[in-house]
Amino acid sequence: MADQTLPIPGTLDAAQPRLGMLEWLHSWVVTVDHKKLGILYIVYALFFLLVAGAEAMAMRIQLAVPSNHFLSPELFNEFFTMHGTTMVFLVGMTIIFGIGNYLVPLMIGARDMAFPRLNAFSFWLSAFGGLFLYFSFIGGFGLYGMGSAPDVTWWAYAPLTAKAFTPGHNTDYWALSLIVMGFGTLGAAINILATVFSMRCKGMTLMRMPLFVWLMVVTSALTLITITPLTAAQIMLIIDRYLGGHFFDAQAGGAPVVWMHFFWIFGHPEVYVLILPAFGIANEVIPVFSRKAIFGYPAMVAASIGIAFVSTTVWAHHMFTVGMTSVGNTFFVLSTMMVGIPTGIKIFNWIATLWGGKIRFATPMLFCIAFLFQFLCAGLTGIMLSVAPWDWQLHNSYFVIAHFHYTLAGSFVFCIFAAIYYWYPKATGRMLSETFGKWHFWLFLIGFHMTFDTMHFVGMFGMPRSIYTYQADRGWGTLNMIISIGGFIQAIGVLLFAWNLIHSYLHGKEAGNDPWDAWTLEWSTSSPPPAYNFAADPVVRSRRPLWDIKHPQDPDWKYER
Amino acid sequence: MRQRRALSSLRSWLTLIPWFGLSTTFALADGPRSTPTIWAPASTPAHEIYGISLFVLLITGTIFAVVGGLLAYALIKFRVRDAEDMKHEPAQIYGSVQVELAWTVIPVLIVVVLFLTTARIIFAIQDAPKPKSALDVTVVGHQFWWEFRYPKLGIVTANELHVPVSTKSNPEPTYLKLLSADVDHSFWVPQLGGKTDLIPNHPNQMWFDPDATGLYLGQCAQFCGIEHAKMLIRVYVDTPDQFQAWVENEQKPGVQDPSVAAGRHIFETEACVNCHTVRGTAARGTVGPDLTHLMNRATIAAGAAQNTPANLHAWIKDPNVFKPGALMPAMQLSDQQIDQLVAYLTTLH
Amino acid sequence: MSTIPIFADESWQLPSRGRVGMLCLIIGESAIFTIFVVAYIYYIGRSAYGPTPKILELPIFNTICLLSSSVTIMLAEHAIQHGLMRRFALLWGLTMALGIEFLAGTAMEWHKLIFSDHLTISTNLFGTTFYSLVGLHATHVVIGIIGLSLVMLFTLMGRVKPSHAERIQVLALYWHFVDAVWVVVFTVVYIVGR
Repeated sequence: MADQTLPIPGTLDAAQPRLGMLEWLHSWVVTVDHKKLGILYIVYALFFLLVAGAEAMAMRIQLAVPSNHFLSPELFNEFFTMHGTTMVFLVGMTIIFGIGNYLVPLMIGARDMAFPRLNAFSFWLSAFGGLFLYFSFIGGFGLYGMGSAPDVTWWAYAPLTAKAFTPGHNTDYWALSLIVMGFGTLGAAINILATVFSMRCKGMTLMRMPLFVWLMVVTSALTLITITPLTAAQIMLIIDRYLGGHFFDAQAGGAPVVWMHFFWIFGHPEVYVLILPAFGIANEVIPVFSRKAIFGYPAMVAASIGIAFVSTTVWAHHMFTVGMTSVGNTFFVLSTMMVGIPTGIKIFNWIATLWGGKIRFATPMLFCIAFLFQFLCAGLTGIMLSVAPWDWQLHNSYFVIAHFHYTLAGSFVFCIFAAIYYWYPKATGRMLSETFGKWHFWLFLIGFHMTFDTMHFVGMFGMPRSIYTYQADRGWGTLNMIISIGGFIQAIGVLLFAWNLIHSYLHGKEAGNDPWDAWTLEWSTSSPPPAYNFAADPVVRSRRPLWDIKHPQDPDWKYER
Repeated sequence: MRQRRALSSLRSWLTLIPWFGLSTTFALADGPRSTPTIWAPASTPAHEIYGISLFVLLITGTIFAVVGGLLAYALIKFRVRDAEDMKHEPAQIYGSVQVELAWTVIPVLIVVVLFLTTARIIFAIQDAPKPKSALDVTVVGHQFWWEFRYPKLGIVTANELHVPVSTKSNPEPTYLKLLSADVDHSFWVPQLGGKTDLIPNHPNQMWFDPDATGLYLGQCAQFCGIEHAKMLIRVYVDTPDQFQAWVENEQKPGVQDPSVAAGRHIFETEACVNCHTVRGTAARGTVGPDLTHLMNRATIAAGAAQNTPANLHAWIKDPNVFKPGALMPAMQLSDQQIDQLVAYLTTLH
Repeated sequence: MSTIPIFADESWQLPSRGRVGMLCLIIGESAIFTIFVVAYIYYIGRSAYGPTPKILELPIFNTICLLSSSVTIMLAEHAIQHGLMRRFALLWGLTMALGIEFLAGTAMEWHKLIFSDHLTISTNLFGTTFYSLVGLHATHVVIGIIGLSLVMLFTLMGRVKPSHAERIQVLALYWHFVDAVWVVVFTVVYIVGR
């Protein structure tokens, strides 16, 4: 029980040598450090967040009034396909693996990921896939017009993707870049799992890991078995398009419905791949700003694993309208509703964590609180959509768009913002401005609700998704105008956030090692952490090692179950 | 300052409630029938769905009120009040098996109730026995228009579906057989029921029994290509007499008016006949809509434009005016030829 | 720098990262194969025209070769663990030879299918599903053989030491997986589907 810390001689306080511009760039390109790669992932994702956001804004201008001519139909179709693909694969997947990359080794007291070079390889694969996808705008006949960006929606139902119906290279860009990114993501997921299972510091048993790490484990495991079916389906699509195969060719006996199944076997768990790390972020932020330990840690772990399991059996709830048998429909109603049980446990546990705490409304916490409300709504509209007969009405309408933006924007993106406000001081050594943060929060919140609350209604009034225009007599005009205005308010919020990131990096307040008085291992090292993370390999005895240090009279390990 | 912010967060949530009423008002400003809302059901399946929607809304609304209320209460009650309050950590509670078990049971019970209700409605709609008096219609989805075939009546038309009203005393439901000629589409007329997809190599079926006459709007709900947005559906629910009259007229071959022979000649010698049919003439193409009774339709180009001579002229000259990307080519005819052609088409009642 | 108190009262053992990583890769790969197998099974007998699976012949010899390569690689693992490098090199070479024989057998089978039965990947649905599933497996054999050859090369150069036994085992794990997948592919394509 000795207090032995072993500083690494000679490196601890050595000042970083100043690098020239070229050397600095070189150091980022060749890095295998999990923190630098994490930051690369995050910066890459934030860049594409702006790009996909701009696409969304263009679509909102087009839809703001009936029979508008702001975008051509081709361009509108390309934009919503690219918006969806970008947000899911280039923003969502990259940012969770970025944040995971940065935090997982720090949180489990490791010096790097299990496979640092694989880590760099995964990042550059994903990055190349994303750039390839965007090259489609200028590739092909791009220089003569708006290029050949994919325009078959992000779920790309066969046979619209067959050569006969999309003869250009649009769909090829989409399929190939997703295959490439798929392998990158697979590498990242394997790396996280190997890191967690093989690199934990002494005393960090599985049931002592921070919940964020747990959620990254569940997400990575889910990625392993869901990204790969997508890759398989994309390979089939490429075989169809390039080798004259017949997988989805109705004329040769192939079944377009098979593509739907394969896509949604990936597509539904994918939503959980994104939302589970968001839960993880909430699990870290909410306790720290309530000043209480998370309520029911084992239940939270069990619920996360439960959600992951159930999520692999629910895919066909995206297919209630394709004409499954009544028994098939009923099965997927049940499995979908079952997701509500572990999710309910999570929400109750979060409320119990807040209960009796001393809640501080700093910016990260504000985003997490909004997340709680919005996730509650998203879950409830999810229940509505799981009711198959009602889904026959709501499917592919703006109601569905509203629902999944409540989960992906209202829950996932809000948590990502919380994470950035929360861990930015760790990564840069400087605090983000709270004033800008609060402006960002309120603008984004108001814009979000104007946009997505209204979308529920316009969907119930019969507006289908993926349409580039609509007629005035449908009565959707006013609502769409509100949606568009809300979109622009969100955009202003995001721009403030981008400004905040840059401004605070240069002029922000010094953060110190532990600005939030938090409890997990990453806050024990300096901000930003040195390349080797910890001067000595940490050893832990409870879920909150820093709490134990700060409260030697009352440490966690005395009470934890 | 902090309290005020917490409270205004709550307030922004409370505004949700009037939101619904407000949105409805906005949407209905243009008149009741033109908005294809799911809240004005007009057939048995639509009514069933409407009923279960209200039930589910009630349950989810209650959950939202209770859980959201708890959350709001916790946030206000347990906020940190001042600097003094921040000095001490609150009591640490790690969990409680009893409490957690209790709140696992509640969602389980809700799921059971919702599931049983839903299952009943699924079977009621999907497995409803088909009555003898049912009208059969085969719907074929094309990029970007609808083909409606009435196999028993020998009628083929496009984009505007005519069905009889179905009353309690004289039930006459319509059964749609859904096929696709090219890519996936989805048939959705919200007031008449849920949507069903049209998928190549995967025949589907749906039914509705409209309980009030009138015009019901809908459109394709599965992205099917560049002009997916302009693949609109108009369903006319007729009284039995109106429907009978419509059927009788549709069954006749195309009108042959000698005064427009020039236009007819252009139609039959140009590429028009490769795609379009006018029954009783040499035009037997099946790629595009059947034009035998074109003038009985209110719109052209799957609802993209009103069916007026001027619009017909513009459409034939360059379909991209109404529907950029439509598969009909611009016919490269002189204005005079188009005028003659339109004159012919306008006789096709 | 903060310090973390160290409690030295727990013994601490974690699985090897190589093994965990390879197991994860295998799980992911299994999902890819599952999709192709499901597609194959779903499309059995659905070809609208063209040759049917009746034209396939049971690749018994091939299967025996590939499955016995699993045994030889196991013996090789055993040999390197006990420091018997010569024996290791021999068994490793034998494994490679068996794998290459399998590929040669597949090539001959495909040659017959393409030139005498006129079945290519674009002929019909059966051709598409058959070549993609068997081809996906063959691709994995090729990748495995590339891995095996690298080890062989280093062995011949004398760079592989008994201390590398663990890494050899990780690679062998992949080879076992490729063999196991063949059992599934064989059952589905040549027994169930024929």
